[in-house]
Amino acid sequence: MSIPTTSTGVSSSNDGDQQEPFLVVDGLTVRFPTHDGLVQAVTDLSYSVRRGETLGIVGESGSGKSVSSMAVLGLHNPRQTRLNGSITVGGVEVVGASQHTLRSIRGNDVAMIFQDPLTALHPFYSIGSQIAEAYRVHHDVSKKQARERAIEMLARVGIPQPSRRVDDYPHQFSGGMRQRAMIAMALVNDPKLLIADEPTTALDVTVQAQILDLLQDLQREYNSAIVMITHDLGVIAEIADEVLVMYGGRAVEKGSTSEVLTHPEMPYTWGLLSSVPDVTADTTTRLLPIPGTPPSLLSPPPGCAFEPRCIHATAVPGDLCATTLPLLAPGRSAHHLKRCHLPDPDAIYEQFVIPEVAPEAGETR
Amino acid sequence: MSEVTHGLPDGAAEIELGDGLIDELADEAELLDADSSVLKPHAPTELDPSRPAILEADGLRMYFPVKSSGILRRTVAHVQAVDGVSFQVPAGGSLGLVGESGCGKSTTGRLITRLEKPTSGAIRFEGEDLAKLSKREMKPVRREVQMIFQDPYSSLNPRHTVGTIVGTPLQVHDVVPKKQVLSRVQELLEVVGLNPEHYNRYPNEFSGGQRQRIGIARALALQPKLLVADEPVSALDVSIQAQVINLLQDIQREFDVAFLFIAHDLAVVRHFCPEIAVMYLGKIVEIGDRESIYSAPRHPYTQALLSAVPDVRQASTGGRRERIRLEGDVPSPIDPPSGCRFRTRCPIAQEICAKHEPPLLQIGRRHKVACHFPGRLGQAPTEPLTARLLGVDAHGNPDAGASPSAEILEQRPGYADTWFDLDNKTFARA
Repeated sequence: MSIPTTSTGVSSSNDGDQQEPFLVVDGLTVRFPTHDGLVQAVTDLSYSVRRGETLGIVGESGSGKSVSSMAVLGLHNPRQTRLNGSITVGGVEVVGASQHTLRSIRGNDVAMIFQDPLTALHPFYSIGSQIAEAYRVHHDVSKKQARERAIEMLARVGIPQPSRRVDDYPHQFSGGMRQRAMIAMALVNDPKLLIADEPTTALDVTVQAQILDLLQDLQREYNSAIVMITHDLGVIAEIADEVLVMYGGRAVEKGSTSEVLTHPEMPYTWGLLSSVPDVTADTTTRLLPIPGTPPSLLSPPPGCAFEPRCIHATAVPGDLCATTLPLLAPGRSAHHLKRCHLPDPDAIYEQFVIPEVAPEAGETR
Repeated sequence: MSEVTHGLPDGAAEIELGDGLIDELADEAELLDADSSVLKPHAPTELDPSRPAILEADGLRMYFPVKSSGILRRTVAHVQAVDGVSFQVPAGGSLGLVGESGCGKSTTGRLITRLEKPTSGAIRFEGEDLAKLSKREMKPVRREVQMIFQDPYSSLNPRHTVGTIVGTPLQVHDVVPKKQVLSRVQELLEVVGLNPEHYNRYPNEFSGGQRQRIGIARALALQPKLLVADEPVSALDVSIQAQVINLLQDIQREFDVAFLFIAHDLAVVRHFCPEIAVMYLGKIVEIGDRESIYSAPRHPYTQALLSAVPDVRQASTGGRRERIRLEGDVPSPIDPPSGCRFRTRCPIAQEICAKHEPPLLQIGRRHKVACHFPGRLGQAPTEPLTARLLGVDAHGNPDAGASPSAEILEQRPGYADTWFDLDNKTFARA
């Protein structure tokens, strides 16, 4: 993996500056009381997405990326969840909203695509009836009209012979087709915001490319906002305008995709970039895994959540990393936020990280 | 300590063990502290063509019967999961098997470990044909060939402790006296970077990456010469994947184990394996060394696969990478297309592709491809290169003037000294 050392990231997200963000998450905290204590799944998370834009959320399992996006749809059981902060979807507050309000948003303004289409689709109902149901909940139409709409959507996502496949059951579809059927279901009401939770993780690369093409086409067509949750930085690089890197339930780096992926300033993002091989890298490049495992969210570390695994923590004077939580503050530019104490991340990145991920680009070797 | 990345717990050097690996890794760590540029502990394995093949699969076929419903349950069709696959794995080397789901790569792995009995074909392991052995005859061979499974959650018995899981192979094969099983288990846990004191814990007390290490320790217990790793990292988080890949490379170097590495992640396979075979619908469509497959792929399927991999460096330019669009889905292996199996989705398919199956033709020192029109991306030849070899004309009709070349068409594992040079359209010799 080689990262260009000299290139000023050009933000591609300036187009919609005049527009109000469609989704605003502000100071979101999600906690689950359990027998072992309070799980702090998401802490003080803020982000916003405009229509026509794509936000990529990256992080490991347990970093809170799915939990935070489920909160947008109000999918957590209020009796077992403590939600704080604010989430507004098109100006409507979701946190603390009634079930009635939530139901009018779900599947209508906001739709979600889940990772595993086999568990997200109901095995007892035909694909067509599941899509038609989603349409009839929000539109006063006859069954026949809803079925027509389902066929239209299946054709739109590229299912061959949609008028015949509409009566098939999920098990009769291949993995890629199931994922498309779920996208058809999510898009049946022309949502303004689409949350895709690892939509391509279970798929082969060729199918993944097809699904990403489809999402981009549909975004152009309906001008929807997309929140793309994934752990694949390659996918993020190709389709997201903005990236949010999460670790231990908090945002640790945020900015435009070109900025964050070409000039990452947080050791966790460095780790993500250097631990994944890519198909064009020099094969003598080593994989540098992030040592250790993610922190327990039952008792997160008092300082930086990444400090126990961070190999650059020694560059920070004293035990600042272990005791004080760094703020999400601007780094190189005002739009590139990072949560890290390192005084000069660029120098460390160029000295230690670039030689490892791209030996041919570094001068130290 | 910034360079110590093989996952050994701190203080590993203090523990006195008979096993050389621990001390060596610890030494390595110290050296690395002194000068990080001297040693490359996890540099990828390089191809060593002089090593003999430890494993040779020759015309391997696995057809699963499809039974009719009703009382008679007659066999109505066959799923041609693996259909005539031939390859070699050099001793201490590794061969990667890649392809989309359903292409037969996992079935191939299960045939090599004889979890399935092949329909036909030979599996020669150190000269002995495993395909013909009975269950009892297989038992001594199982010490030599072990498997690492994909899902660390379902491949470990939740009701057994780690000590039992790792120790069972030792007892079954009676390799160490009963009293020493525990100490050997602790050694193995140490090798894979787990705390040896944890032998009494249950799998649910470990994370995904740690469980995969337990699976690796179990596979290593009998000191096998060949490990079949079926998607060993795809169930793990990205930051943990690299830890496990590095561990497997350390193990390969230290114990000289050969790997058959099955994965769908092209980048991981490229990093781990000096040789790669690309499978499509039960057949190998292209096989060769890393350089040939990734830098000069000649099969349209390999080219399409590689172009579909998302690239992080795309961030600097923005937008999507140019790629070859494959239409439709993989056809059913019950009734595969005639001729070339890829032709239904192939952008350059012609008449001959439906009539004749392309032979796996050697086109380089270590590079074979099964295509009638093998060429660089965008430069595929207009005339089928294989027509004369098959004794047909350009449209696939029998041609009296051409004589089929039996020598070239013979499908054997491994590589010959002569090959068909695509650029000069002549035979080349090493």
